[in-house]
Amino acid sequence: MSENVSLVIVSHSPDVARGTADMVRQMVGDEVRVAHCGGNPDGGLGTDVQKILKAIDEVWSPRGVAILVDLGGAETNSEMAIELLPEERRAHVVLCNSPLVEGAIMAATEASGGSSLAEVRATAEELSPR
Amino acid sequence: MPMEAGLLKAMITTAAGRIIDSADELTALDSAIGDGDHGINMKRGCAEVLSQLDAIAAKPAGEALKAVGMALVMKVGGASGPLYGSLFMAMGKSVGLKPATLELLPEAFAAGIDAVAARGKSTAGEKTMLDVLVPTLETLRAGGPDLAARLRETAARAAAATIAMRATKGRAAFLGERSVGHMDPGARSSQIIVEALSSFLEERA
Repeated sequence: MSENVSLVIVSHSPDVARGTADMVRQMVGDEVRVAHCGGNPDGGLGTDVQKILKAIDEVWSPRGVAILVDLGGAETNSEMAIELLPEERRAHVVLCNSPLVEGAIMAATEASGGSSLAEVRATAEELSPR
Repeated sequence: MPMEAGLLKAMITTAAGRIIDSADELTALDSAIGDGDHGINMKRGCAEVLSQLDAIAAKPAGEALKAVGMALVMKVGGASGPLYGSLFMAMGKSVGLKPATLELLPEAFAAGIDAVAARGKSTAGEKTMLDVLVPTLETLRAGGPDLAARLRETAARAAAATIAMRATKGRAAFLGERSVGHMDPGARSSQIIVEALSSFLEERA
């Protein structure tokens, strides 16, 4: 299969989200598609379910989409977004429990080799505190 | 007793209005132990609900509750969006196509609380909105005379009880012991919503 798992970066800060995506692109290249979003619906710090849904759609891959988040609200809003996806997509989107920047780079590195969604998540989550 | 048309609309208007009026207080509580955005987030969500009010009120009660939940999910921004959104969406799902009656409230509220607990991976006793919602459900289930006054009293006591709790969920969990001594902002916003329900029950009594 030619297409790789894609990534979505969700941060409370649009700048952090953009910066993380930039780092992934520079370090891993363009083989992995990366979307990013941050900020609440008014543009302040926070996260936004609609923006997350749009980001998932933007980089949709039949191989799956891994979401990397920063803090609690980003996680809750991402879980909500996954539930709001069409049923046939829902099982192909996962949230990685890992630090945002490091997790994104590890996940992208794994994904660039053609790994499955489960492998991408497992690699990102190796960085999680146990 | 069946709810006459317009009653749910009045209820939503009261609850959303009170949250909007309390935005500064909620933000101050959240600044102490969270990230200081609870008031402004809830205000934005409730303003969205009010802006869709006519369309929401035109729906059957179950669908109206789901629409309230969806508006909160889409507009609140913080973790409280999916949490309060899940509460109302699950209540709407529980009511389904049944004609709205106050007798349905305990069952619907219980379904809403289950959804909040699942979404937040939390239970009562962890210094969250559940610490107000769960005792409120017990009082609702007990029913009986002076229900409105007892709901108000239960919610006030339950919100105050979060002051002494130590947070283990949400942003406040980072503070550990330092979260003790502050009321949980989510518990306070839940109390405000229960108070709106009480006022509403008193007015129609």
